[in-house]
Amino acid sequence: MTSPDPALRAIDCDVHPMPVSLRSLSPYMDAFWADQVVERGMTGLDSQSWPIGSPKTIRADWRDAKGRGASSVEELRAQALDPFGVDIAILNPLYGVQLLFNEDMCRAFTRALNDWVRAEWLDRDPRLRASIVLPMHTPEQAVDEIERLAPDRRFVQALALVMGEVPLGRRQWWPVFEACVRHGLALGIHAGSAYRHPQTSVGWTSWYLEEYAANQQAFQSTLASLVTEGALGKFPALKVVLLESGVTWLPAFLWRLQKVWKGVRFEVPWVDRLPAEIVRDQVRLSAQPFDAPADGVGRILDHLRSEEMLLWASDWPHWQFDGNDCIPPGIPARLLPKLLRGNALATYPRLAPTGAARQGDAA
Amino acid sequence: MNVIQPIQHPGKPAAATLGLVDVDIHPRAKSIEEFRPFLSARWWEHLTTWGMRQRHGYTGGQPPFPKAQPMASRRDAWPPGGTPCSDLDFMRFQLLDNYGTDVGILNPLQPSGQGDRNNGFSAAMAHATNEWQLEAWLRKEPRLRGSVVVPYEDSAASAAEIRARAGDPNFAQVLMMSRTAEPAGNPRYWPIYEAAVEAGLPVAFHAFGYSGWAMTNGGWPSFYIEEVSEHATSCQNQVISLVVEGVFERLPGLKVVLIECGFAWMPSVAWRLDGHWKHLRSEVPHLTRAPSEQIRDHIWVSTQPMEEPERGAHVLDICEWIGWDHILFATDYPHWDFDDPREALPGIIPPERRRDIFGGNARKLYGF
Amino acid sequence: MIAGPVAEIPPGGRKLVEVGEGRRVVVFNLGGEFYALANRCPHQGGSLCDGIRTGHVTAPEPGVYSYERRGEMIRCPWHSWEFDIRTGKSWFDPRRVQVRQFPAHVEKGSALVEGPYRAETFPVRVEDDYVVVEA
Repeated sequence: MTSPDPALRAIDCDVHPMPVSLRSLSPYMDAFWADQVVERGMTGLDSQSWPIGSPKTIRADWRDAKGRGASSVEELRAQALDPFGVDIAILNPLYGVQLLFNEDMCRAFTRALNDWVRAEWLDRDPRLRASIVLPMHTPEQAVDEIERLAPDRRFVQALALVMGEVPLGRRQWWPVFEACVRHGLALGIHAGSAYRHPQTSVGWTSWYLEEYAANQQAFQSTLASLVTEGALGKFPALKVVLLESGVTWLPAFLWRLQKVWKGVRFEVPWVDRLPAEIVRDQVRLSAQPFDAPADGVGRILDHLRSEEMLLWASDWPHWQFDGNDCIPPGIPARLLPKLLRGNALATYPRLAPTGAARQGDAA
Repeated sequence: MNVIQPIQHPGKPAAATLGLVDVDIHPRAKSIEEFRPFLSARWWEHLTTWGMRQRHGYTGGQPPFPKAQPMASRRDAWPPGGTPCSDLDFMRFQLLDNYGTDVGILNPLQPSGQGDRNNGFSAAMAHATNEWQLEAWLRKEPRLRGSVVVPYEDSAASAAEIRARAGDPNFAQVLMMSRTAEPAGNPRYWPIYEAAVEAGLPVAFHAFGYSGWAMTNGGWPSFYIEEVSEHATSCQNQVISLVVEGVFERLPGLKVVLIECGFAWMPSVAWRLDGHWKHLRSEVPHLTRAPSEQIRDHIWVSTQPMEEPERGAHVLDICEWIGWDHILFATDYPHWDFDDPREALPGIIPPERRRDIFGGNARKLYGF
Repeated sequence: MIAGPVAEIPPGGRKLVEVGEGRRVVVFNLGGEFYALANRCPHQGGSLCDGIRTGHVTAPEPGVYSYERRGEMIRCPWHSWEFDIRTGKSWFDPRRVQVRQFPAHVEKGSALVEGPYRAETFPVRVEDDYVVVEA
């Protein structure tokens, strides 16, 4: 089976609303910034991580007449929520606000992006939830934005890009994690770059295929940072969700890290548990894309040694599958209740229905 | 106390019935004086005044991420009065004779000059290192082969050095470091690969070097343990680049060996590339074959540091996916994460596979 | 068996002894107390006697280093696995990964000349003390 049984009430953990242009956000900026956009001729912040023309950025049959897409709730409903039988979807905007170098502009535009999501998406469909896109110039800014939006419980996660300026495990980010934990937000880390560094530690890639592939390496070094800096240990209640990573890099990465840790533990003495156990407890991964052929999936799931880690996502409007074949082929049917819903409920505290449990959800 | 204890039972691992070939040994000069005969006065003067200047902040060989052990070496690999692997007799005793090694490939690290900020100096040191390998090691010990060290950031000078060594059976491969200033598949490096193919030599990428960029694509990590993890990730990016830039399409005769980068990650890289190439083919019309096929045909991996899955049997999956015939045994002597030939390959790997990993595959690849 | 005279293994010192059939034991002196461990790291067989003795660092939280028991850990010279000299247990997985430990204590020479410990390897002087290992 490659598309969800609606009875399983799938939770889609990764969809991407895309503003048509910067002007889409202007109504959500204060006057100074809205005027700056116009006066300085700023048109758009489309990131090179997602070139609009790339076949992968927007699936061909999801493009609108102008060649863009994912710009309205109507499209999301028609293209994803309804065909995939989605009960809840989490919006992860990837518009390039985190790439801005001016920290005030970045903060203003990021706020506007979050407010745009709230007004034009969350308010228009009760199935929708969202991530708080974080301005990442300073931890204070990021915490402020969390504090601003956390009272709205439709925000279930705080979102950073996997390739930022400073590895995410570093202590300077810990006030952000503390705020996440305090507000019951997961920390989402999504594929893509803020272009503070080239896509690889060996320089700039030539081709987009190389660049897209390089996210796989970014997730490894980011996870190495989160583990070895002790961020996960310091915040045992923090759930970290790796979004659009491809998944299958994880076992080999853990084997190496754990092997080295056994001998070099003294460098990071606060890592006092096996790294693989820490990761299985606190890290989750969206399973779209799932970088494996159907006949390798079973073995890789074995290597992961956990049924709790994977969260289903459509990754709309990115092209990862055709038609409605939105469950990666090869995933055994018996995992679907967890993959499609159970693991997401366990990962995102704010997804749990308030009051009496809804029928059909596991405790 | 550093008394070197003779190992109780010298000899090859029982499964090494096609011989033991070790594709990663790191010889070291006792002092930079050993390079003097092979450098012009001008570059000798430069070496002794300025030393190595890598793309990081320290001089004197101090790495930006301090090692876990002195000189990143086994503590018992220090010969009396010398640094690890600076003494041929001691190396014979502790490694070649001890394990019954049939062929060992030398991969000289610093002070080879590779990746030096000064291209002219890098070329001079690379040349000197190759001469030094011949003089100090290869002509004295028939079990050893060398690697052609090249100043890879200067591809023309690298190609010239390769051409100068072509046909010399002492050299088994061309050596590059894994952290190049641009991704390894970038056209600026193609003259190196062309020369290697002409010379019939595989190109080995050994973990290390300093690209000049932050050590991860998300910034600078804090710890040595992260750097060790990152050797695998940077190597992955190199594989991706070589494939996507079409290097193997252009040079069907090119063979690449990855040394000390680990290998269990290879299947996921191949799968990722295949999966997304399917959707992005229009960008890369120069790729006519699936990335996984290209990897399968053109890339070999060395075993060290041997992957240690939580469930030992999982390593069988990895080897199956990579291809048993593309896995080459390496000790990484004298480094601290050295793999003992008699211990490192788990018994769960069938004997005929271990036989190929120990020697069969390398003999075939290198023609030993 | 007799590992050697106490004087040969001062505090902070160690001695490698053969215990028959190619097996080796390393004897450590920790502040006057003697501990004996199999000389072979359970990982890949590195010789523990060639490793360094270190302290033990833990961290109540990242950035805070609690450093104690200097000289009481032995680190394999190869991959640096840490073992507690007093117990033979590895730090990273004390339950499942350890080095075999052998009881060791001090005996007076006068007691040894009467047996039951083997004294063939070197002469025992009645007035000296010796480290004895049950291996």
